[in-house]
Amino acid sequence: MTPILELRGLQKAFGAVTVADSQSWALAPGEALGVLGPNGAGKTSMFNLVTGTLPADGGQILLNGRDIMPWPAARRCRAGIARSFQVPQPFGGMTIFENTFVAATQGARLSGSAAEDLCLDVLNRTSLLPKANVLAGGLTLLERKRLELARAMCAQPSVILLDEIAGGLTEHECKSLIETIMGLRETGVSIVWIEHVVHALLAVVDRLLVIDFGKKIAEGEPEAIMQSPEVREIYLGIEADV
Amino acid sequence: MDWINATIQGTLLGGLYALFAAGLSLIFGIMRLVNIAHGDLIVLSAYLALTVTMAIGVHPFLALVFVVPAMAVLGYALQRTVLNRTMGDDLLPPLLVTFGFSVIIQNALQIGYTADPQKLKAGAIETASLSIGPITVGVLPLLVFIAAIVVIGALQWMFYKTALGRAFRATSDLQDIAQLMGLNRAHVFGLAMGLSLAVTALAGVFLGIRTSFDPAAGGSRLIFGFEAVIIGGLGNIWGTLAGGVILGVAQTLGAKLNPGFQVLAGHIVFLLILAVRPRGLFPRMD
Repeated sequence: MTPILELRGLQKAFGAVTVADSQSWALAPGEALGVLGPNGAGKTSMFNLVTGTLPADGGQILLNGRDIMPWPAARRCRAGIARSFQVPQPFGGMTIFENTFVAATQGARLSGSAAEDLCLDVLNRTSLLPKANVLAGGLTLLERKRLELARAMCAQPSVILLDEIAGGLTEHECKSLIETIMGLRETGVSIVWIEHVVHALLAVVDRLLVIDFGKKIAEGEPEAIMQSPEVREIYLGIEADV
Repeated sequence: MDWINATIQGTLLGGLYALFAAGLSLIFGIMRLVNIAHGDLIVLSAYLALTVTMAIGVHPFLALVFVVPAMAVLGYALQRTVLNRTMGDDLLPPLLVTFGFSVIIQNALQIGYTADPQKLKAGAIETASLSIGPITVGVLPLLVFIAAIVVIGALQWMFYKTALGRAFRATSDLQDIAQLMGLNRAHVFGLAMGLSLAVTALAGVFLGIRTSFDPAAGGSRLIFGFEAVIIGGLGNIWGTLAGGVILGVAQTLGAKLNPGFQVLAGHIVFLLILAVRPRGLFPRMD
């Protein structure tokens, strides 16, 4: 089966700092992939490269087998890639509904009542419906994180990229967000999820990818990866016994 | 009574200034582009209408059917082919390029139409008036004022109720994020400029009916438009109407004091407002 998203030898450096070092991995349709790595490992840069915010130096990014490297960000979104931001970036002068409506009309190319219905459905699934007409500038952190998710969903992506969406939430808030993301999985969308809140990640993903210095250092079953010396070193700060 | 009359005439004149300003306000709000050629595009619209009325002998109002879409297409094309290439964090390149447009348009008009003042002939409506008690109001200025309210009301509705308006506001808020939501910036900017010049076309035809114009008439129209936008406050389209009215009233009252004082009075009121409230009277944007 053709992977929904595939990176082949993706390369990007800022001067002497390499943020993507010949990175290759693939995401199967409907799969949820978790991404781990220390701060500054190049995780968010990888999202920026995939969405087209950053131009890559080399390699290939394939969406459904097609090389999307020459495409600008807007076209990549329309073709099926949507993302959320670690620091929520709502359109502050617009209501929650309008925020999602932009994604539905521009990203999913829907119009009129089809776009409205999608927005209302997504807002319902992300528990934002009661606040649909509230300006996005004045929301709580959980609401802003939910709006990030809702807006990305309204672009009707085939791949959704989540950047530390559970970060900064209380335990209770985190739990309710996980439920929403589980619901999202059931719709068949593929997920790539960068997260430091490891238990949240493990509750959802099928596979883990570990990145450091822009390089893929491990990939595989979540249990096996969590036991691996590389991950223990990164997260526990202890040298692996050799 | 003379003063009340002058205030009313000034208010109606403000409608024309608001039409000058609406297009400027629109593109600055959406893409932070300051269009130095705006006044010349108003004059270009008047000349286009002149050509249409002379070529096929129609009333200037009927010429709008041609001039408005023509200017809208020109706006979209200018944005897609030239202005989009100048857009970025630096405000200077679009400023310089539109200044270049201004020079080109003025000189092209001079070659095409000579420097002689021209006027659009609208017939009886030019001198028709309505008497309300002791006050007499010209039908044409009243029509222009109503058109300004309708245009600004329509723009406001478009901004808040339509998909395009929401795309404009999203771009205005966070351009980069909007693109990640699938919004094609180049196209949306093109539509914004197209819409701006459609309003400009209307302003140009009204200008041409109200007063005579020549190829160099754009500069002062640009300034009046700017003043109306700044007085009203950036990003507030109804504020732009208020700004136009304040400027119009200041000018007619100034002219009442001394006929040579008209334009200066407008500038002085503008400066006073700028000194007291640098962000304008009703700002919505930082």
